[in-house]
Amino acid sequence: MTQIVVQDLVKTFRVAERRSGFLGALRGLVKRRHRIIHALDGVSFTVERGELLGYIGPNGAGKSTTVKILGGILVPDSGKCEVLGRVPWKERIETVRRIGVVFGQRTQLWWDLPVIESFELLRDIYGVGAREYSSAVEELVTLLDLTPILDTPVRQLSLGQRMRCDLAASLLHAPRILYLDEPTIGLDAVSKLAVRDFILRLNRERGVTVILTTHDMDDIEALTNRVIVINEGKILSDGPLAALRATVTKERWLTIDLVEEGAEVSDEDATVMSRDGGRVVLSFDPDRVAPAALIGRLASRYPVRDLFVENPPIEEIIARIYGRACK
Amino acid sequence: MKAYRAIVSARFRMMLQYRAAAAAGLGTQLFWGFIRIMIFTAFYRVAKAPQPMTLEQVVSYVWLGQAMFAMLPWSVEPDLRVMIRSGNVAYELLRPVDLYWLWFSRSVARRSAPTLLRAVPMFIIAGLFFGLRAPQSVGVAAAWLAAMAGAFVLSCAISTILSISLLWTVSGEGVMVLMSGAAWLLSGMIIPLPLFPDWAQGILAFLPFRGVADAPYRVYMGNIPLNEVWVVLAHQLAWIAAFVVVGRALVGRGLRRLAVQGG
Amino acid sequence: MLDDVRLYFKYISVSVRSQMQYRASFVMQSVGQLLITGIDFLGIWALFDRFGGLEGWTLTEVALLYGMVSVAFTFADAMSAGFDLFSATVRNGDFDRMLVRPRSTVLQVIGQELTMRRVGRLAQGTAVLVWAAWAIEAPWSAPKALLLAAAIAGGTSIFVGLFILQGTMCFWTTESLEIMNTLTYGGRESISYPLSIFRPWFRRFFIFVVPLAAVNYFPALAILEHEDPLGTPVVVQWSSPLVGFAFLLVALQVWKIGVRHYRSTGS
Repeated sequence: MTQIVVQDLVKTFRVAERRSGFLGALRGLVKRRHRIIHALDGVSFTVERGELLGYIGPNGAGKSTTVKILGGILVPDSGKCEVLGRVPWKERIETVRRIGVVFGQRTQLWWDLPVIESFELLRDIYGVGAREYSSAVEELVTLLDLTPILDTPVRQLSLGQRMRCDLAASLLHAPRILYLDEPTIGLDAVSKLAVRDFILRLNRERGVTVILTTHDMDDIEALTNRVIVINEGKILSDGPLAALRATVTKERWLTIDLVEEGAEVSDEDATVMSRDGGRVVLSFDPDRVAPAALIGRLASRYPVRDLFVENPPIEEIIARIYGRACK
Repeated sequence: MKAYRAIVSARFRMMLQYRAAAAAGLGTQLFWGFIRIMIFTAFYRVAKAPQPMTLEQVVSYVWLGQAMFAMLPWSVEPDLRVMIRSGNVAYELLRPVDLYWLWFSRSVARRSAPTLLRAVPMFIIAGLFFGLRAPQSVGVAAAWLAAMAGAFVLSCAISTILSISLLWTVSGEGVMVLMSGAAWLLSGMIIPLPLFPDWAQGILAFLPFRGVADAPYRVYMGNIPLNEVWVVLAHQLAWIAAFVVVGRALVGRGLRRLAVQGG
Repeated sequence: MLDDVRLYFKYISVSVRSQMQYRASFVMQSVGQLLITGIDFLGIWALFDRFGGLEGWTLTEVALLYGMVSVAFTFADAMSAGFDLFSATVRNGDFDRMLVRPRSTVLQVIGQELTMRRVGRLAQGTAVLVWAAWAIEAPWSAPKALLLAAAIAGGTSIFVGLFILQGTMCFWTTESLEIMNTLTYGGRESISYPLSIFRPWFRRFFIFVVPLAAVNYFPALAILEHEDPLGTPVVVQWSSPLVGFAFLLVALQVWKIGVRHYRSTGS
């Protein structure tokens, strides 16, 4: 069942330009110059119920603009958009009642209040029934391990604790769609894992549709099976992660740790990408040379202590996609 | 010294960006000026006995006050207030400059651009249309400029002490509210000081606040004769010295106190 | 609507509790404000002392005007901290957060804070008002008391409307425009004096544009049974507070326009 439909969204912004220097500032007093930014340039995609979708792109690519339009905060210049059958900016209150949003950098909780009181206030804002509220709270508190911090004012929480509370807060009203904007930013490793685990369970067990915008490629690999890449307002790629990888490159990377540094490593079927002390990274095309064959050759030629084969990291993939688009 | 100059010039350039605010500020001052003048005019209409100031003098006084409005020490720099609230003020300790003068330059920075941007157009407009008289002689004008310089420095010194007092979270806020309100009132901005009751004139002459507004305005109008201008300047200087000394002593104590409490 | 009112009270109970955490600071600032506003009124007293009167108005009569507008302003000021801080709210992205909640934006902004510190100024305004009410010559009656209450309510509405307009401007410019301060603080200061002492253009502004006269001067004329050099009909004097509520409704419409603009241009 299709929950979100986005078609040919276009959004441009006019930004006043600030001039530098003293004379520039004086001139700016009299006449303002404007820059046009094409935040979205014909963006289209659909989201089915229960998807866990990653939405990635460099800063300024149009990610937050898209999320804002989906949330009814922004009105696009043209294009069609429907969330759960409603046009978000036309029916703001009804749309928003059914979705949850977590902005990674800003909390939606009240700074001076204990966490539980923020939850209660949100319950009143969203008009959640008493029974639904208490069962939701119980469940979320257990899943996110919030019991020890329920009575702590938000300002005293660590970033990881705050994020867990923000996640719980966004789900109190049982939304069917959740937008997560950079949820793991700044978190320590343990908290990141906890958050990722929670999101996964939310999606797999409860069927909540999740749209995740993030810079963290580990999030993408761990959570999503579908990735949309956006850059300069245009969608560059939309599909499963593996397919994304394959469209860019089939290449794989072989990392070798030598027994002693200094050995000059080379092979006719592989390219050396980096050399750092005793560690050499080579890239090769598995269609040209089978991994096993390459490993065998190198191991017999050089003193190899350890090695492993991997796909190029997501960052590399993404960078190449952007690079390609820039041409 | 370079660091302080950088702060001042950066702030100046920033303020030039806000052109709508500058225009609105001008409108604001004109509006307030009109209100005050109309009120005083109404009072003067029923006045029976001669007053310590003529109505024309009151008019000039009011316009001078509006022109110089941005200079007065009636609030604390908002950035400092936020910094102290959030505890980020500890970063100030990390800067390789003298703390008191750092905050003093902030005060100077925040006042210089708006003052200039408002005073010049206000003078022109009020002078041309609304009854602001020019000083009687070049000597008076020069004396007035000297007194204004003193007023500016004094105002910055007062505002710096207000900022410093915020380091003591509870009592500091009370001090700040009281002192900024007092500065507002006792400098002559609401009612020209000569119009206060006669028994109050002695106290008002002693307190530092008249040096910020009342005294220089009266020099301008000739209400204070040229040979008495040095009294005004000496009064300003004495209070500036007092505020600087106390301020420097307090700033170190205040920050160390914050550090102890854990910010 | 009722649900919104209930939510509003929940919001401000949060705000009050959070301010009470800084109790000592609150007491200190309230006392400071009480003293400062007290000195403020003494300024008016000093002028009356020196000049003897004001175009047919005595100190107690002016005190009534002063008290009425001061109380109305303080109520509005205490309620409208959210609009005062609105430029920061927009800049932080917190307004987006409000748009993502299924509630009216005005309710959420106004629910942000009920500034308890203002109680110092409220105490002073009420004290002056009470003294004036006791000291004036004209007799009191139930209708007059109602009129007084309506006038204060109407005054609060106008000031809240002005604060809403001030917040609405943040949708168009990030610069803090002081124009609204002239209307709020300037309005409060000037309307503390009888309207008749001002020039005609000024009077017309505060009758027809920002109708503060309607919630202060005209009702006061009726209460004091004062002669009006402007010749206002008595009917107007008694019904004028309604204008205050109308002004608030207009301000709310302008706010809606502002939100629409924000949503089509982003921040």
